[in-house]
Amino acid sequence: MAAHDYNPEEVRKRRIRGRRKRKIREWFVFTGYLTPSLLGVLLFFFGPMMIVLVQSFQRSATNTEFVGFDNYVNVWNNQAFRTASINTLIFAGIAVPLAVLLALLLALLLSSKIPGKSVFRSIMLNPMMVPVASIVLIWQVMFSYNGALNTYMGWFGIDKIDWMKSDWSRLVILILFLWKNLGYNMVLFIAAISAVPQEQLESAKMDGAGAVRRFFSIKLPYLWPTIFFVGIMSLINSFKIFREVYLLAGDYPYDALYMLQNFMNNMFSHLDNAKLTAAAIIMCIAMIIIVGILFIAENKLGRDTEE
Amino acid sequence: MKRNEITPLNPIPSKVKEETHEHGSIRDLKEVEIVRLSEEEIEKMHEKGRADAKRRMRIRTATGRIWTTLGFLLAFAVAAFALMPIVLTILDSFMSTDEIKTNYSAVYNSLSSASSETKVYLSSTPKLKMIPDMVSFSQYKTLLFLSPTYLLKFWNSVALVVPIVLGQILVGCLASYSFARYRRKRREVLFFSYVILMLMPFQVTLVPNYLIANKLGIYNTWWAIILPGVFSTFSVFLLSKYMRQIPSSYIEAAKLDGANEWNIFTKICLPMCKSAVYAMAILLFIDYWNMVEQPLILLEDSSKQPLSVFLSQINASEVGVAFAASFIFMLPPLLIFLYGEQYLVEGISRSGIK
Repeated sequence: MAAHDYNPEEVRKRRIRGRRKRKIREWFVFTGYLTPSLLGVLLFFFGPMMIVLVQSFQRSATNTEFVGFDNYVNVWNNQAFRTASINTLIFAGIAVPLAVLLALLLALLLSSKIPGKSVFRSIMLNPMMVPVASIVLIWQVMFSYNGALNTYMGWFGIDKIDWMKSDWSRLVILILFLWKNLGYNMVLFIAAISAVPQEQLESAKMDGAGAVRRFFSIKLPYLWPTIFFVGIMSLINSFKIFREVYLLAGDYPYDALYMLQNFMNNMFSHLDNAKLTAAAIIMCIAMIIIVGILFIAENKLGRDTEE
Repeated sequence: MKRNEITPLNPIPSKVKEETHEHGSIRDLKEVEIVRLSEEEIEKMHEKGRADAKRRMRIRTATGRIWTTLGFLLAFAVAAFALMPIVLTILDSFMSTDEIKTNYSAVYNSLSSASSETKVYLSSTPKLKMIPDMVSFSQYKTLLFLSPTYLLKFWNSVALVVPIVLGQILVGCLASYSFARYRRKRREVLFFSYVILMLMPFQVTLVPNYLIANKLGIYNTWWAIILPGVFSTFSVFLLSKYMRQIPSSYIEAAKLDGANEWNIFTKICLPMCKSAVYAMAILLFIDYWNMVEQPLILLEDSSKQPLSVFLSQINASEVGVAFAASFIFMLPPLLIFLYGEQYLVEGISRSGIK
């Protein structure tokens, strides 16, 4: 009987209506799951970021007069900001490639046939778990002017170096950074290396490819995504190096260690809202550009290796 | 057996012998010569081949062994470097306060003048000993029973970190489930902005945090740190990466059985991502246990500061107990590491693979 009522137009409409209803319901359900996070992010990050953007064009927190790009020019011409940016960039430029390269070498080492691999991996991952604040004392014992390293060097007739108050301080911080971050990067690389198809390595070995050749022709193409991931993570961590600097050298470190966060802290303590907001926006844009370049480079390189 | 496999020329002669009698082809001429070799000569050739292979094998295993040893030594050196600061801190925490002072006062005297321009040049070389003469628990005694500040700061740290970790895991799981299951173009844009937010350094995010804390009147309270911590997007990024790896057939099957989204979330998604959630919790715990930037800016009151900030303000007079304080501070993360290393390694490993 129902067959007689069959009306294709009606059925189609009903189907479309049903589909739309389901779509709307789906949207509500999944937006429901997202809501707590989204509200929080809007309230604590994106919303205030907009206020920061607006305030960066105003004279000060109390005087809302529009001043155009004055604040940006002020920050840009600020000597402390320049020093801090250059120091941060120099540090990232040295520390990030080193952190990637050394971690990759360590991962290759721990992927080879040496005994006790898993023990070594645990030990090398350990520094990641140790708060910087609690090993700062040992670092000070090592590197202070009357410290252990200078004493040991004295035995060999090498002159004392004022580690924390010369350009050597960069090296001290670099060693601390590598100590802390190599383990994490290494675990990422070990996972990536073990994901390289074994048959390809075997057949290359049969064809007489040496270890170096096998690394560059087979492993490396598979490792590119991980190299970029590790690079980005290390970059983020290199921006956090202020923590180490602060714990080792306090509020007023040697010039070479004056990082962007030091600059921001000083602006916070002076309540200099105009410079603070403008600097935050500049850094935000710089960060987006850097990450964007990395993403584009990864896409390019990833495509090259696939072909 | 193994030797036979390596030895060249082994089974050919006898086989050839039979064939040459049947066929009178050109091959005969060559192979007849082989046949002519006496048993002794063949045996000699075998012997030579075997010795050759053996020698080559020995060289190869020798070089292999050398490389393995070198690699082992290198790994050992790196591991020693990784452990050294931790071990020294623990050892030094068992020195008595007096011993610390005689050993390290030179170091810390020069440090306390760090802010002023003058450098302290000591005429006498400082005594630097790493290993205590006598095990003494005096540091711990002072720390735990005589000066309540340290314990107070320790509990400050706990009170800050635990809500952040639990809250962010809860909020993050819900949000990542949404991002993993509902994939439309606009959502992907939102997800990308979450990723960008995750990548932002403190130098950027602390300014809006400070602003909003002032507006909400929670500046200089723990909420100013806890709330932004709970809604930080780090966990969303990694967890949704995991949840996207769940095969859709599982979800379809559950749907056919009449499961609603909540059932799918709690009965399928969370159990399958258990190790990722644990790993995430460990990572978050380390990150916030270690925090310095946020409390420095968002907490004015030094009595509310966590131990991580306080440890850096130790001056020469308190050096006597600083090592024990450091050790107590690193103890919770180390215990968590011992307990959850498997999860952590697995979680990190899978986060890097796309």
